[in-house]
Amino acid sequence: MAPTKKMGIKQKYAHLTRGLDWETTYEKMDDVFPYDKFEGIKITDWSKWEDPFRLTMDSYWKFQAEKERKLYAVIDAFAQNNGQTNISDARYVNVLKLFLTGISPEEYQAHRGFAFTGRHLRGVGPRVACQQQSLDELRHFQTQCHTISHFNKFFNGLSEFRTMHDRVFYLSVPKSFFDDARTAGPFEFMIAIGFAFEYVLTNLLFVPFMSGAAYNGDMSTVTFGFSAQSDESRHMTLGIEVIKFLLEQHPDNLPIVQEWVDKWFWRGFRLLGLVSMMMDYMLPKKVMSWKEAWEIYFVEAGGSLFKDLERYGLKMPKYHEQATEACEHISHQLYGLLYQLSHVTGLHAWMPDDEHMDWLSEKYPNTFDKYYRPRFELWKQQEAEGKRFYYNGLLQLCHTCQLPMTFTEPDDPTTTCFRESEYEGQHYHFCSDGCKDIFDREPEKYISSWLPIQQIFQGNCGGPTIPDVLAYYMFGPNDGGEYVGSEDNKLWESWKNATTKEAAE
Amino acid sequence: MTVEIKTMDFEPKRHTFGHVARRIGGDKPASRYQEATLDVQATENFHYRPLWEPEFWHYDTGKTKVVMEDWYKPLDPRQYYYATYNIARANMNQSVERNFTFVEDKNLLGKLSDELKQKLIIGLIPARHVHWGSNMNTSEMCQRGYGTAFTAPCMFSAGDHLGMAQIVSRIGLELDGQTGNGLDKAKDAWMNDKAWQGIRKLVENTLVQRDFFELFVAQVLGINGVILEAIYNGLDDAWGEASLPISMLSEFMNDWQKEEARWSHSTIKIVAAESAENKAIVSAWASDWINRAEDALRTYTAAIAGDENIAKTYADKERVTAKSLGLEI
Ligand SMILES: [Fe+2]
Ligand SMILES: [Fe+2]
Ligand SMILES: [Zn+2]
Repeated sequence: MAPTKKMGIKQKYAHLTRGLDWETTYEKMDDVFPYDKFEGIKITDWSKWEDPFRLTMDSYWKFQAEKERKLYAVIDAFAQNNGQTNISDARYVNVLKLFLTGISPEEYQAHRGFAFTGRHLRGVGPRVACQQQSLDELRHFQTQCHTISHFNKFFNGLSEFRTMHDRVFYLSVPKSFFDDARTAGPFEFMIAIGFAFEYVLTNLLFVPFMSGAAYNGDMSTVTFGFSAQSDESRHMTLGIEVIKFLLEQHPDNLPIVQEWVDKWFWRGFRLLGLVSMMMDYMLPKKVMSWKEAWEIYFVEAGGSLFKDLERYGLKMPKYHEQATEACEHISHQLYGLLYQLSHVTGLHAWMPDDEHMDWLSEKYPNTFDKYYRPRFELWKQQEAEGKRFYYNGLLQLCHTCQLPMTFTEPDDPTTTCFRESEYEGQHYHFCSDGCKDIFDREPEKYISSWLPIQQIFQGNCGGPTIPDVLAYYMFGPNDGGEYVGSEDNKLWESWKNATTKEAAE
Repeated sequence: MTVEIKTMDFEPKRHTFGHVARRIGGDKPASRYQEATLDVQATENFHYRPLWEPEFWHYDTGKTKVVMEDWYKPLDPRQYYYATYNIARANMNQSVERNFTFVEDKNLLGKLSDELKQKLIIGLIPARHVHWGSNMNTSEMCQRGYGTAFTAPCMFSAGDHLGMAQIVSRIGLELDGQTGNGLDKAKDAWMNDKAWQGIRKLVENTLVQRDFFELFVAQVLGINGVILEAIYNGLDDAWGEASLPISMLSEFMNDWQKEEARWSHSTIKIVAAESAENKAIVSAWASDWINRAEDALRTYTAAIAGDENIAKTYADKERVTAKSLGLEI
């Protein structure tokens, strides 16, 4: 039956979502939504919210089910055909270790966080979008876990990813980032994860990992990446809609939102430091350098995004120039640190070969040969003499981002940057102006940080000795340390030898 | 050619993740449900107190009065993870589409008298708001609850209730000639008609419930088990000749009730069986919310079906269910 006065799609979608909501009268609206006022964000009219995508649940189930069928067919085929033997080199598995221990658990945190905003934002439009994102983020955790599960059967350092995520010192970098967002109010969560993470920084996370997988023959992770793309584009449109909506609703929102953008840009930049070292050092076949990625996805794309947001009075995030300048250094500084510490991590490290060193010189003409190559050459020489260098001292961590204090002064790459604040008679240390500002803005929040090194001293990590702590971290004896000669390395060589033998016969 | 070329060794070093192996009794192949669920949520070393609720961590067992030694005891018998959940719902939705096509082709709703159409708009379509309130509740259980085994299916239920609210809305659009007027009228009934006020009050009372497991019991045994069950099954006489197309178009809801109860009932059963204290607490919640649902339903069925007893029938049925889950009612 052809209906007579059919509605437009937009109107129909409004009926199927917003029309469902009502002003409660038996309970106070402020009791039904107890968390959306304390942050000081002023919303005068929720109905002004533009739905960034209009997906009813029936279409959601249909699209997502189709994608899942295809994805799991690839995951199954990958396992059946021993697809792990087609990767470029077993060094690549390090990338998956970083991903599964550092990123996947945060997909899960995003799932719970969007359930929070999907329940507690007063506007029904954003609530529905957040709920679907909550489901998507659960999907991301679960499909990543299922994809990498096959690698876990053969390679080390993946098996205890969940426990490691709660305990290990360098994994407190992503964990504290997401804990910070989860414990913020619903609007800050939306700016932190919805806007800063999903919109401004997402390409810098996913391009390195997913293109990295493609370049290095990991077809199951690539398929996951493709499959997640349409989810991510929904997440991006939600993120941009949120920030525009908040800025359009009330002029008083601007200073609050600007502070959040500044904070989450810097936190995100520090977190991505881990990705930078992965990209420049761990991928056997390189996609592009971290610096190039930063130029394309932050300086250019982010630049034009913020140009677009200028009309609302929003400025580029504070310290963005410092970040761009630091991109000449951070991957080398962090990888250098990992190399010296890999025996107390769940990751392998190795010195780049000559070809790789030359690639780094070419990609970082201003800094690599001048500041980093000499140190790396020295370490290589020590390796050749059978004296691979490991650092056995203690680290000091930045109280905000929880990375070791390894970064240098913005205008002097030879001096380590230290900042300090005093709060209630205690001293707190930071790796940068950005991290110090974040602490100074909310000291009551940050003083409770679970700082892994302090926790070791306080006896909360299994005991006083290094073996005690490594046992608490649930590291296996072959999870970390030098790659060359490792179990992963030997397994890989045995497969390669078998293939050559097979080919010869 | 020699035959012994298969020299590559693909003997796995391990079969699943360590945290999964410890739960399933050793290193052996684990199911996708197990890898996607067991011990997934973080449990320790949290960094900051939530600004919005500093008395708890963001994952905190203290957000309910019941105490579980392990929140991974109540597992999902359906073994849903994201993929299997979506595939199951996409399949269920195919018959929804078939049913809507059938009802439209035969004009089964279009040809009803205006009077009956209005009756359905006022008497049935406001159920979409019950689903929407339930969606808010199940999202809340996901965000506030503890342990992925419990919280992930809650989010699936949130998606389900939104989906069902939209199916009911589509029935409304069939009745109002796709104008949306019927949905507006139904909302007005939800807000103002005496028939719905008890149910609306009940739903609003659940929206401020902060104990996540009490909320779960209220939702499962009160709203799902009494209110929705009665709305979709107890009013055939009132709907008259519309009862066939309505039961076709609400097939999803009936299938869903049975399927979801496999998980939600077993969860209640396991949590209550954990200790005498849990049993007492859950039993009290169940009695209370079933009673409140019965009261709410009575006004509704009296007004819509002219029959107060329907409420008692459905509440008693749910009391029997509750007893079968080990509760004392
Ligand atoms: Fe994600
Ligand atoms: Fe996302
Ligand atoms: Zn820092």
